[in-house]
Amino acid sequence: MTGYLIRGAAVLGGDPTDLLLRDGVVAEVGTGLDAAGAEVVDAAGLVALPGLVDLHTHLREPGREDAETVETGTRAAALGGFTAVHAMANTEPVADTAGVVEQVWRLGREAGYCDVYPVGAVTVGLAGERLAELGAMADSAARVRVFSDDGCCVSDAVLMRRALEYVKAFDGVVAQHAQEPRLTEGAQMNEGELSGRLGLTGWPAVAEEAIIARDCLLAAHVGSRLHVCHVSTAGSVEIVRDAKRKGWNVTAEACPHHLLLTDDLAATYDPIYKVNPPLRSGVDVEALRAGLADGTIDVVATDHAPHPHEDKDCEWAAAAFGMLGLETALSIVQETMVDPGLLDWAGVAERMSYAPARIGRVADHGRPIEVGNPANVLLYDPAVRRVVEPSESASLSRNTPYRGMELPGRVVATFLRGHATVLDGKLQ
Amino acid sequence: MKRHLLSAADLGRDDAELVLQTAAELRELADRPIKKLPALRGRTVVNLFFEDSTRTRISFEAAAKRLSADVINFAAKGSSLSKGESLKDTALTLEAMGADAVVVRHGASGAPHRLAHSGWVRSSVVNAGDGTHEHPTQALLDAFTLYRHLGSTDGGRLRPGSLEGRRIAVVGDVLHSRVARSNALLLRTLGAEVTLVAPPTLLPVGVGTWPVETSYDLDAVLPKADAVMMLRVQRERMTGGFFPTPREYSRRYGLDGRRMATLQDHTIVMHPGPMVRGMEITADVADSDRSVIVEQVTNGVAVRMAVLYLLLGGSEPAVGGEE
Repeated sequence: MTGYLIRGAAVLGGDPTDLLLRDGVVAEVGTGLDAAGAEVVDAAGLVALPGLVDLHTHLREPGREDAETVETGTRAAALGGFTAVHAMANTEPVADTAGVVEQVWRLGREAGYCDVYPVGAVTVGLAGERLAELGAMADSAARVRVFSDDGCCVSDAVLMRRALEYVKAFDGVVAQHAQEPRLTEGAQMNEGELSGRLGLTGWPAVAEEAIIARDCLLAAHVGSRLHVCHVSTAGSVEIVRDAKRKGWNVTAEACPHHLLLTDDLAATYDPIYKVNPPLRSGVDVEALRAGLADGTIDVVATDHAPHPHEDKDCEWAAAAFGMLGLETALSIVQETMVDPGLLDWAGVAERMSYAPARIGRVADHGRPIEVGNPANVLLYDPAVRRVVEPSESASLSRNTPYRGMELPGRVVATFLRGHATVLDGKLQ
Repeated sequence: MKRHLLSAADLGRDDAELVLQTAAELRELADRPIKKLPALRGRTVVNLFFEDSTRTRISFEAAAKRLSADVINFAAKGSSLSKGESLKDTALTLEAMGADAVVVRHGASGAPHRLAHSGWVRSSVVNAGDGTHEHPTQALLDAFTLYRHLGSTDGGRLRPGSLEGRRIAVVGDVLHSRVARSNALLLRTLGAEVTLVAPPTLLPVGVGTWPVETSYDLDAVLPKADAVMMLRVQRERMTGGFFPTPREYSRRYGLDGRRMATLQDHTIVMHPGPMVRGMEITADVADSDRSVIVEQVTNGVAVRMAVLYLLLGGSEPAVGGEE
């Protein structure tokens, strides 16, 4: 057998066509293709999309292999239709040296389920005090282009300015976790009427918006690229929209959970809903959807954050922040954006593949399904509905907030450079 | 009644009045030489205290013992809790020992809710104060005290609805106060009009949606109040930047003799304790005839007896005719 002949796939939701994936690339596109020796995949009714690229994944290795490893995390990614993920730097040890990023990169290559692009820490140990060796990470085998202290905010204005300037030397981008630390000391959930009633310390929107506004101004001042992680508030969307209108080089991402879930879930005190930034109000959810639809928000990124059971099976304040996201991301984007008519499949390809690859400067991903491009492709059935069952996840962790929820769509197949990582909805 | 008491919002008006009425009957016990009833004989009540609170713990302990329940005290100090055992494992251990009710005090808001709804224990859970969330039995004892002083009594019984329209001022650190949250809910349920008085920095975000009035001006509120409930200002708040100095706080929000003179004749002064004398309340007020602070403690035992009795399935009247 050589390659895969995909029959009747709707590329970006268009008319059914055949795709021949051979030698790692899209070899032919057209109707009535015939390819001797290729394994035929019946894609009638399926949408073909370019392999998804996640700008924001926590793979936990090294250090927290009880929560996730590069292998299990990339298996989950493949099941979610991803062919590339950016692995965040808040591991133990922190990915703040060439050695650690190369280790993560190598683990990804060995796992083989999707390409792993390590994100380098902006500051040593995420401590926010001095720059990590950004150049060494950029020049390493891992070729790091995205730098982030995610989990912590680079709150020092001078340090942020220097980071934005410094990464220009290798066309890098600083991905900011926007959280003013003093305004969010001990913060547990969205600050609002509900946090007051529940007695949970509030995480006010202004703590995110103030940092984003400052960083947009800094990026404009020094002429650098800024990427804003997990935008969660209506005010943040407005600030990013304004920055783009001014022509500043600012991009932003939103997470699936912020597109679907709202802060009233905190009333259960079940920390499965505890995440940073927190679930916000319905008004914020609407603003994020609108921002994603009009391009203010460039990217859907998962912020896949696995945690072992005991870190969620406890009281809210003691629980870890974060939720799984890789295997449900596309379904949630269908539910919140495609089905309501806010985004078509071409828009999904842009927000979940092309744009994140562009921002991460990943050349071999985020390319249209056209002859000659790397065969990073996924097949998706938007017609089925499924109930999320945490035990079916390929992740080592089970902290999905969607347990028992019925979501549309299912990834049927994922191809990484023409090699099937997922077929018939199952890992290969 | 529901199976757990986690929030004052769990109590509808009928439930709340049933608890208070039962407490009124049980309160009579306090004046008898033998203060014990057999109602909960053979039942086990666990006091699970993750935070120091001697007052609340001994109040629950006295309540359970007066109903003849077996009491196990489980405190953070000197137990596995200080060695890092989780809430869940502690709960499972207590469950295995056969607790019928778990009275829990915890520093994390919602911890009793988790205990009740996570499938860790089958017993009834009573919230004895969780973080900055709620303290429903404190609100019940406050309501009980208010009934005794402001509600007309009919031969020892509390007359339902007699808090209707009464004005209660709750003064102090509302933001961090579980007592204020529970009182705002319960007193409203009972028909009283609650005014929260605090500097703006010590009122929660969204307080405007609560069924209460708010004010920054204590002097304007006092002359109309039927009861004034002073809240403790914890030491760590004094340096937390919520107000400039303790002295300024006392000047603007403390209850002293001068302010007490502006109260109506029948107005009572309450405090959940422990007081910081000289901070939110001066000694002459705390020790005055208007102060019902010591009585609140006595009432606390009666109210907690009523709660335990009703939660653990007491269907007969708690106080039988013959014992």
